[in-house]
Amino acid sequence: MSAWHTSTLTQLAAGLRARQFSSVELVRACLDRIDASQAALNAFISVTRERALADAAAADRALAAGGGGPLTGVPIAHKDIFCTQGVRTTCGSRILDNFVSPYDATVVAKLRGAGAIMLGKTNMDEFAMGSSSETSFYGPVRNPWNPQLVPGGSSGGSAAAVAARLVPAATATDTGGSIRQPAALCGITGLKPTYGRVSRYGMIAFASSLDQGGVLTGSAADAALMLREMAGFDANDSTSVDTPVPDYVAALEQPLAGLKVGLLREFFDKGLDAQNEQRVREALKVYEQLGARLTEVSLPNLPLSVPVYYVVAPAECSSNLARFDGVRFGYRCENPRDLTDLYRRSRGEGFGAEVKRRIMTGTYVLSAGYYDAYYLKAQRVRQLINADFTRAFGSVDVLMGPTTPTPAFAIGAKTSDPITMYLNDIYTIGANLAGLPAVSIPCGFVQGLPVGLQIVGPHFSEARVLNAAHALQRATDWHTRVPQGYA
Amino acid sequence: MYDFALVFSLRHARREPPMALTREQIASIAALARLDLSSAEIPVYQDSLSRILDFVGALDRADTTDVAPMSHPLPGLSQRLRPDVVTEQDRHEQYQANAPQVAAGLYLVPKVIE
Repeated sequence: MSAWHTSTLTQLAAGLRARQFSSVELVRACLDRIDASQAALNAFISVTRERALADAAAADRALAAGGGGPLTGVPIAHKDIFCTQGVRTTCGSRILDNFVSPYDATVVAKLRGAGAIMLGKTNMDEFAMGSSSETSFYGPVRNPWNPQLVPGGSSGGSAAAVAARLVPAATATDTGGSIRQPAALCGITGLKPTYGRVSRYGMIAFASSLDQGGVLTGSAADAALMLREMAGFDANDSTSVDTPVPDYVAALEQPLAGLKVGLLREFFDKGLDAQNEQRVREALKVYEQLGARLTEVSLPNLPLSVPVYYVVAPAECSSNLARFDGVRFGYRCENPRDLTDLYRRSRGEGFGAEVKRRIMTGTYVLSAGYYDAYYLKAQRVRQLINADFTRAFGSVDVLMGPTTPTPAFAIGAKTSDPITMYLNDIYTIGANLAGLPAVSIPCGFVQGLPVGLQIVGPHFSEARVLNAAHALQRATDWHTRVPQGYA
Repeated sequence: MYDFALVFSLRHARREPPMALTREQIASIAALARLDLSSAEIPVYQDSLSRILDFVGALDRADTTDVAPMSHPLPGLSQRLRPDVVTEQDRHEQYQANAPQVAAGLYLVPKVIE
């Protein structure tokens, strides 16, 4: 089998089980693709070649003995925000450049338990704060469709790796759009599950009421296969929800007829690129042909989601990142004068510009005299946005709209104005504020660049959302397109 | 590029012009956050934090009378309790392998008490 890299995760898992090829062969081929692309894409921070080959050999032995789990021998990559025991875990930051995690994140342990082989850790915006993967201490990630453009962020390394077919799947995290936005900009499938569906244990915290782990894949069917292994209750995460994990794969083929789709009026606003909108509307037509019933719905408070986010997320980040103190782990400045100097210089030198900006914004909105005006106010507006979603799901099964206002933009184009950068997430943040599952899938191209369709469902409706995404992927082939040079 | 005048236009015309943070305010926020900033960084954050605060000022437009603050996306989730038994092992050597400076199982920092 010569076209491993264009096979889906589902096909690779089946091929390994049928012993059509070995995990060692497959893993070696993927590692070679990673090495060959690294200079052009910078998708990886660490590549764990030796360990991956040893794990692959063990997987082959398990398969030969008739054993193995659902993902045995399948290569994947982890966003470098997930702690991996014995492997450097940087979160894209200088402050964690030398950090070797003493434990595995639950997601990492579960995927290994299912048999998946980790090939490395992917590049990302520092502490997942960004929409372009330009703020990494390890340099920007580049978009496989055009290396002058950003891959989106913050999970840009995972997205570029899957889009360039270096690995069939990679883990990712989404606090305001960091799975869906890079999925859209790289032409792949990105799933952000319901808040509480996938354990946050060992996933380095940014904004704890918004962060959710998920996955980037080549198709909705592959996302279903990955989620089935990643999801589930974890006593180590106090916000993990103890509700059974359905068989997302079995639910994929459910007929779509009668599905009530709400088109988000607020997403088809003046800020949406006309050609981007055209691709999204074409996909909606396909849904109509498949038997879905489309109606327009309005979520009047949704346009306030970006301002809410830029109070709530920095506030939580300023608190979470207080743990980086130069004492217990991570970077420490040279020759500290006293303890305060140690804290201030270790953090000042260890954090990059955007992380410092958010810590300071959060510190300000939480400080005495401003807490009510900013933080409490934002939490109240968050409630209004949440109520808008609840009302909408009273009359529709899923909501659909664009994932991003435009296709990928040039590296450096939005770095000078943080607010311009923040508005990339204008269509994705709502799902984080309300804790909803959402997926982005490719729905066409604008001037050679992929465009994403977003599907949002009620809490714990991942099966429905993936089923709807899969239906479009059965009817179209946008998700099978591979960037030139990586085919 | 996204037309962000759109988001700004949502706001009521504010009576006062956007407030610019002073150098002293930035220095005091940085001190609270235990961040050392160079003198070149201060004007950068004066500009961007002022703009961010102006941007999030759009929240003023929403009527939130009698609306409860939402701190968590899953309603009705209560704090889980577990039996009060020891579940952790002593792994301090493993944890301290990541520490910048350790002696005799203790984290070392500059002298705090003279």
